[in-house]
Amino acid sequence: MIAEIWNWLSDSAHWHGPDGVPIHLREHLQYSLIALLIAAAIALPLGLLIGHTGRGSFVVVAIANSFRALPTVGLLTFFVILIAPHIHSTGTATYLIPSEIVLVLLAIPSMLTNTYAGISAVDPAVRDAARGMGMRGSQTLWQVELPNALPLIFSGIRSSFLQVIATATITAYVSLGGLGRYLIDGLAQQDYPQMASGAVLVAVLALLIDVLLAAVQRYAVSRGITGRYSRKRIVDPAEQQAMIAAAPLT
Amino acid sequence: MIRFDSVSKHYPDGTVAVDSLDLVAPSGQITVFVGPSGCGKTTSLRMINRMIEPTSGSIWLDDQDTSRIATHELRRQIGYVIQHAGLFPHRTIVDNIATVPLLLGWDRNKARARGRELLERVGLPAHFAERYPAQLSGGQQQRVGVARALAADPPVMLMDEPFSAVDPIARDQLQEEFLRLQNELGKTIVFVTHDIDEAIKLGDQVAVLRVGGRLAQLATPAQLLSEPADAFVAAFVGRDRGYRALGFTPVGELATHDEPTIAMGSALTGAEAADGWLLAVDDQGAPQGWLRLADSRPGADTTVTEDLLHRGGTVAGADASLRAVLDACLSSPSGRGVIVDEAGRLAGTVTASEVLALIERRAPADPNPQPVGGGGQ
Ligand SMILES: Nc1ncnc2c1ncn2[C@@H]1O[C@H](COP(=O)(O)OP(=O)(O)OP(=O)(O)O)[C@@H](O)[C@H]1O
Ligand SMILES: [Mg+2]
Repeated sequence: MIAEIWNWLSDSAHWHGPDGVPIHLREHLQYSLIALLIAAAIALPLGLLIGHTGRGSFVVVAIANSFRALPTVGLLTFFVILIAPHIHSTGTATYLIPSEIVLVLLAIPSMLTNTYAGISAVDPAVRDAARGMGMRGSQTLWQVELPNALPLIFSGIRSSFLQVIATATITAYVSLGGLGRYLIDGLAQQDYPQMASGAVLVAVLALLIDVLLAAVQRYAVSRGITGRYSRKRIVDPAEQQAMIAAAPLT
Repeated sequence: MIRFDSVSKHYPDGTVAVDSLDLVAPSGQITVFVGPSGCGKTTSLRMINRMIEPTSGSIWLDDQDTSRIATHELRRQIGYVIQHAGLFPHRTIVDNIATVPLLLGWDRNKARARGRELLERVGLPAHFAERYPAQLSGGQQQRVGVARALAADPPVMLMDEPFSAVDPIARDQLQEEFLRLQNELGKTIVFVTHDIDEAIKLGDQVAVLRVGGRLAQLATPAQLLSEPADAFVAAFVGRDRGYRALGFTPVGELATHDEPTIAMGSALTGAEAADGWLLAVDDQGAPQGWLRLADSRPGADTTVTEDLLHRGGTVAGADASLRAVLDACLSSPSGRGVIVDEAGRLAGTVTASEVLALIERRAPADPNPQPVGGGGQ
């Protein structure tokens, strides 16, 4: 099986032309990114606001509970039937819009609940200190709550990404492109190496994106929170002296 | 100056946290709020920077009614040291300290330079600047909390049990440094503690609150010890108040006896002492400890070394309090209390009975004693 997948993937014919891997990879990424950007534009501000004010947390609970186990294919079919008659376009929009709606709905819960949870889990003493120093509400949110909530927010974004990339294969059901093509076509043609290769490509893409996001997260989150302190060693003897001198004061 | 004008705080559940408090915290002085748990100390403190809004009454900063100042602006003018420091975990130490200057719109470099300056001021090494709060001990974080409150040089500082999270020795050191810093800076400080000893040590005036948020007594530490207003204050101020009150009475003129001494490192042969105790001094003349000749006889050519010394005795400065001098006598193995001059050189010794005679002559206690400088106990 592995050899067959390898053969399929290393066959240069599969990497060229309108049905080639690069094209479908690009489509897949494109569908996913559009959905994630729209979902982030909705979920992040809403999560920040609800976490900061503490008001409306029932929204989060309701969305989290009802969106989590979406029957994606069923929903996609439903939206196609619902929306297609209203779109007077001959292009792909008829199918693209319903697909994106489904993916957006899928991406929202993780980002929303994690953003909300991240903000509301900020140590009340830290929030109190921000107020006590004279920060306004918005300054507290941007300068204190958000930086401290970043690890959770990032994990929400990453899990949304994984879900969307995995699920974006459904676009192929409605005759769009993307890596889902290999799954659908492979199934139709009983070409199992093609199907398996499609699945492998989706997994690799998801993994690469996750590694990329992990790198961004590492850069964006304060080392004071991650505990990954600077590895610079203090070699200056004067500083070492100062450290020794200060030790009894601790 | 901070003035409480019949300030009350009632919570919706009916709790009366503070009950018509009238009080003035004078400029340049330390006013301590002390009292049992739940008596409304934190509530009173936090009403000053409006972290809590009073139910009724008003609080004045000099001639400004604080309720007429926008809260964030009021708070930027008031240094606030939070219990357990409350540092921002995601910011480096220097950026934590620079918080208020940055809020006030200072240029980033200037604010950070100020942060570094304050780091040194509170006795932390310069390379802590780029660390994060989690890399500091509790006591060090507490110092950063003080530095952060001082950063924009506010005339008023609020401190809520700033030294409660550290061990007694570190606390003592923080208190000493705090007093030294206040000597230089002369801020108007309101300080909350539940520790009456801390209140007496730090306060220029002490406000004792009772549960229900009522002011039981407002007095200087010495007055509190010598004239507690009622049974509650007396019980709260606690045992040993007579002895502790001596800590506020300067010893004044003190007739000391010359004490025979022996230099560190010199030979013991031929050394004599009437009662067998001899005071060892270093080459500066600073007392080092007592030597019992009986212990040290064996080898005739023995010299005075560190390990022969008894170090139990405390030493009192010439400007010390009666308490410090009496303690020097009581703790001395020879029974003679060691008195030193400003330079730490031996001035002479006194006995406990002489100090007691002095105390008896002073009684009744001076109701308005001058604060005692230096010395300590
Ligand atoms: N939000 C609140 N709602 C109701 N009651 C409150 C609230 N905050 C404080 N209290 C009550 O007000 C009283 C005073 O509280 P405060 O925190 O000022 O006490 P404190 O003197 O600082 O005590 P401690 O030494 O334990 O810190 C307490 O009885 C407390 O239970
Ligand atoms: Mg309190």
